[in-house]
Amino acid sequence: MTITDVAEAIGKVIVILAFPPFLLGVIARTKARVAGRDGPPLLQPYYDLVKLVAKDSVLSRTTTWVFLAGPAVALVAALVAAALVPIGSGRALWAFDGDFIALAYVLGLARYFTMAAALDTGSSFEGMGAAREATFACLAEPAFILGLLVLARATGSLSLSGFLGPAIVHVWSVGAASLVLVAAGLLLVLLAENSRIPVDDPNTHLELTMIHEVMILDHGGPLLGVILYGSSIKLFVFASLLVRIVIPLDHPAWLVWATFLAGLVAVAVVIGVIESAMARLRMPYVPALLLSGCLFCALALVLLVR
Amino acid sequence: MIGCWGAVVVLTASALAALAAGRHGRAPSVIAAAGAVIAAGLALPSAIGSLAGAAPVELAVAWAPPIDELRIGIDPLSAFFIVPLVLLGAICGIYGAVYLDDQRTRRWLAVPACFYNLLVAAMLLVLISRDAIGFIVAWEVMTLTSYFLVAFDHTQPEVRRAGWVYLIASHLGVACVLSSFLLLGDGGFGFADIYAHPLGGASAVVAAVLALVGFGVKAGIVPLHVWLPEAHAAAPSHVSALMSGVMIKLGIYGILRTITFVGPAVPWGPILLGLGVVGALVGISLALYQRDIKRALAYSSVENIGIVLIGLGVGLWAAANGYPAIAALGLCGGLFHIWNHVIMKGLMFLGAGSLLHGAGTRDLDQMGGLVKRMPRTSALVILGTVAISALPPLNGFASEWLIYLGLTRGGIDAGPGSGLLLLFAVAAMATVGVLAVMCFVRIVGMALLGRARSDAAAQAHESGKGLVGPMAVLAVAAIAMPFLLPVLVGALAPVIEQLTGARFEAGIASDALGPLAILGIVLWVAIIVAFVAIRRLVRRRQVADTWGCGYLAPTPRMQYSGASFAEGIHRLLPRLLRARIVAQPSTELFPSPKDMQADRQDPFTRAAYEPLLDRGARRFGQLRWVQQGLLHLYILYVVLAVVVVIAIVSIRDYWVLP
Amino acid sequence: MAALFDPLLVTVLLLNLFALGASRLRAVIGATALQGVCLGILAISAHAEITFEVVAVALVAIAVKAVIIPRLLYKAMRDAAIVRDVEPLIGLIPSLVIGALGTAFSVIFAQTLPLSPAQQGSLILPSSFATVLTGCVVLTTRRKAITQVVGYLILENGIFIMGLALLDALPFLVEVGVLLDLFVAIFVMGIIINHVSRDFESTDAAELTSLKE
Repeated sequence: MTITDVAEAIGKVIVILAFPPFLLGVIARTKARVAGRDGPPLLQPYYDLVKLVAKDSVLSRTTTWVFLAGPAVALVAALVAAALVPIGSGRALWAFDGDFIALAYVLGLARYFTMAAALDTGSSFEGMGAAREATFACLAEPAFILGLLVLARATGSLSLSGFLGPAIVHVWSVGAASLVLVAAGLLLVLLAENSRIPVDDPNTHLELTMIHEVMILDHGGPLLGVILYGSSIKLFVFASLLVRIVIPLDHPAWLVWATFLAGLVAVAVVIGVIESAMARLRMPYVPALLLSGCLFCALALVLLVR
Repeated sequence: MIGCWGAVVVLTASALAALAAGRHGRAPSVIAAAGAVIAAGLALPSAIGSLAGAAPVELAVAWAPPIDELRIGIDPLSAFFIVPLVLLGAICGIYGAVYLDDQRTRRWLAVPACFYNLLVAAMLLVLISRDAIGFIVAWEVMTLTSYFLVAFDHTQPEVRRAGWVYLIASHLGVACVLSSFLLLGDGGFGFADIYAHPLGGASAVVAAVLALVGFGVKAGIVPLHVWLPEAHAAAPSHVSALMSGVMIKLGIYGILRTITFVGPAVPWGPILLGLGVVGALVGISLALYQRDIKRALAYSSVENIGIVLIGLGVGLWAAANGYPAIAALGLCGGLFHIWNHVIMKGLMFLGAGSLLHGAGTRDLDQMGGLVKRMPRTSALVILGTVAISALPPLNGFASEWLIYLGLTRGGIDAGPGSGLLLLFAVAAMATVGVLAVMCFVRIVGMALLGRARSDAAAQAHESGKGLVGPMAVLAVAAIAMPFLLPVLVGALAPVIEQLTGARFEAGIASDALGPLAILGIVLWVAIIVAFVAIRRLVRRRQVADTWGCGYLAPTPRMQYSGASFAEGIHRLLPRLLRARIVAQPSTELFPSPKDMQADRQDPFTRAAYEPLLDRGARRFGQLRWVQQGLLHLYILYVVLAVVVVIAIVSIRDYWVLP
Repeated sequence: MAALFDPLLVTVLLLNLFALGASRLRAVIGATALQGVCLGILAISAHAEITFEVVAVALVAIAVKAVIIPRLLYKAMRDAAIVRDVEPLIGLIPSLVIGALGTAFSVIFAQTLPLSPAQQGSLILPSSFATVLTGCVVLTTRRKAITQVVGYLILENGIFIMGLALLDALPFLVEVGVLLDLFVAIFVMGIIINHVSRDFESTDAAELTSLKE
């Protein structure tokens, strides 16, 4: 390992730790601007995190260690996921054969403990959120895996860094249709997994419309800060996957990084526009949306293999 | 080899000694448990030796006519199953002795203790039998002893029904296995003879199908699994753990043994892969809406057997089509999942037993808040559910990981048709994984978290060392396995070589497992550090009631119940797999009392078996007139039968002789 | 002492027919007792060398079959106030005909069996099958529970005779046969007849139909 490698690794770690809340800020600002307002500062999420961590906590007497384990595991899982996904240029911080399965299952571990923490409060609200989250995850996961499998088959690699590395440039020239379908499917998965409209409304407080927000109702103060930070990293992970698929640049490194970061911001803007333009789907129609994501990716697979 | 036979003898002797040890003391259970532990110590060295590469040994033990002699021996395939059998047998034996202890003044506990040891002995005999007759006899003994164990609480009608269903299903399975052996044993019934005269063509296919059906009943392959939820829910928890952990794996052993008999005449890979995918999906879908925690665990066993079959299927397909790397990954994954499932399901059933012991109920909708009343059991159960949902860093993930790698690489390397199917199998497995997470969060959430939904749960007491100890041993195994697996790959080599007949590339599997060990360490360290850090972050805290969006007066009954949690996904299941719910919708302005009934019977029983058997019973009912209840008539039937047989035999000989 | 064999076996066959045709219960029991005596003598003459043990075992067999069991049966008859007639389901003459047919059938069947030359002309196997069949006919066609016991005893005598044919291979068979008799005596009669007389209003086996669904 050379000095440049070490420097690059440190750079990626800094990006993973520092950049994600910025995406939340971009989304909020975009939504405000589309609505005709000025909106909060772009760095508002950072201020929010600092404010939350400094607060006292009120814990429910119904809860146990599971309640604290939820945010802890969610954060760790998000960080590990970020280490597995190739960001910027080149390979991920940690790449090995089958890391895409590890990615899906590490996020599954986070989901398990988040749902358990929600059920720990003994309130029907959190239970409802956990139930919905579980239901929609069952539909989003096959779409996610199928999308990654398209990349696997197309590039012949078993690692995310192999999928999204130099090989993808060639795949664009050969199977562009499949990749477009995969990108669409992964966008739907991103919206579902990160609790964005049209699947969930991150700004609502009505139980009719909540999934993720209602699961964290009783987490406050520092716990809410940890959760917020973790979910921003998760958004970063999914957005990175999307950007690396859509922007098949390989070199020079500075250009790739620049386009990568710009791409992330673009994804955040797109999310913001979608959230402003659409209303949340009625709950029974969400499975149909996620199923169409599955079908996009399945179709992409069939097109590729044929 | 001698060790295994000695283990059988020790188990039988301790079973009989337990019967003689008095009626009301602790002695019978202690004797039986000690027997199980000693047997484990005797059998393990020979099994491990065989896996380490020792040559297969065969012994002949003299027996009474008409069998003349029992041929017994160990080969790597048997040894692979002997290791988890004796270990789980010892652990569950100790657990069972403590679990049933508070009934010792009301019931004669020597009986279940005796049958338990005989069950383990019979299973061990099945694994070391080297001829078909010994195999079938041991299989029958296994079925009968487990029936008596399942029917332990025979005062309850559903337990009696469960035992009955189990007995019938097992015997239908044995009939198929027996037919299969009759076909295979053309040149002699010893395994050595069967290996020397392999069948070919149509008879091989028929024998293979019969064996698949017969052993599939025992293994819990969909749609032959309908006895599993009934029997495993009705049996005492340590027996459920043994049955779900080891006994259904003996069905897999039978299938693998048949594969070694019949060989490439049948396309095993695609068949097992298809059955595995269907079984996994159906099993976990049915587990999602069960109210009884043990029924849910039983369906989860069906799902895990499906995953084992997926791994074995892709491995065998790859071996037959010349992809050694994929074969290595698939077969290692499938075989390791067998071992891992023994640990995980054993832990879960023992945990369910502890919960039943403490809270007095198996119904998820009556439990709740047990984390506070039963902290040690709850922690172990949560660990168990994380393991069974195949989440890193525990052992379930490690074996499924290998299967995923095998399937994906197969999907990439294979041609268009097979590749597409393999990749869809990956997606199916991923769906099963998410459904499993949902199922087990539901179980943990309803049983352990929140507030108690009934008085019994509110008064629950923690279980003692005797119950928590065996669970802790299994939990440690679940934690340690992902780190031990790269080393244990070497132990699988002789088994895989016996199955595929080809050289096994151990390096591929252990290389694949390397990053997993690192991931495990990273996750453990990071999670512990994060947890400790977060606890310090919230150190300035007050305690209050749950806020729940400002709801003023929540009661425990308002919490999400198991049915509500599962409702979302239940609505998305195919109509066949759903529960039958009869409910009156509310039509008035102000709610009035309503009725709802949910029938959670296994859909295969409801849709296929019950109508079929009812129709058959009506047909056979027309033969009722044969049974008059008169003693004379029955003796007459016997005499007539004997006379007819004698007449046939003598006529045949009389015409042949001159 | 092969000379005694055939006469004794013929006697056994005739006693079978007598047991089938007799209408009084005491006569049937007496016939069975007499059969037991014949079997005891047969047991002695079947052995190649007559030692003290052989005689002792045969005497025990005679004692059990001809003395102890019949006395128990007579006692049971008295205690239960059982009517003296045999009550057959199919009539005495038809029973006799069936018994005769059965004897003929046994002879034919024994000829079709692949026997060793020493056993070829012997009457042991035919008389054994005939006695078993007679026992079965008595079991099947008599109403009273006590005649069922007698039928079982006749059946058992038939098996005993068969055992004499296998004496070379299984030398202890005579002793085991006697043990079986004792088993019958103690278990069957002590329990069944006791309960039959005390618990049931009638000793008519045709009333025991609780096995019917």
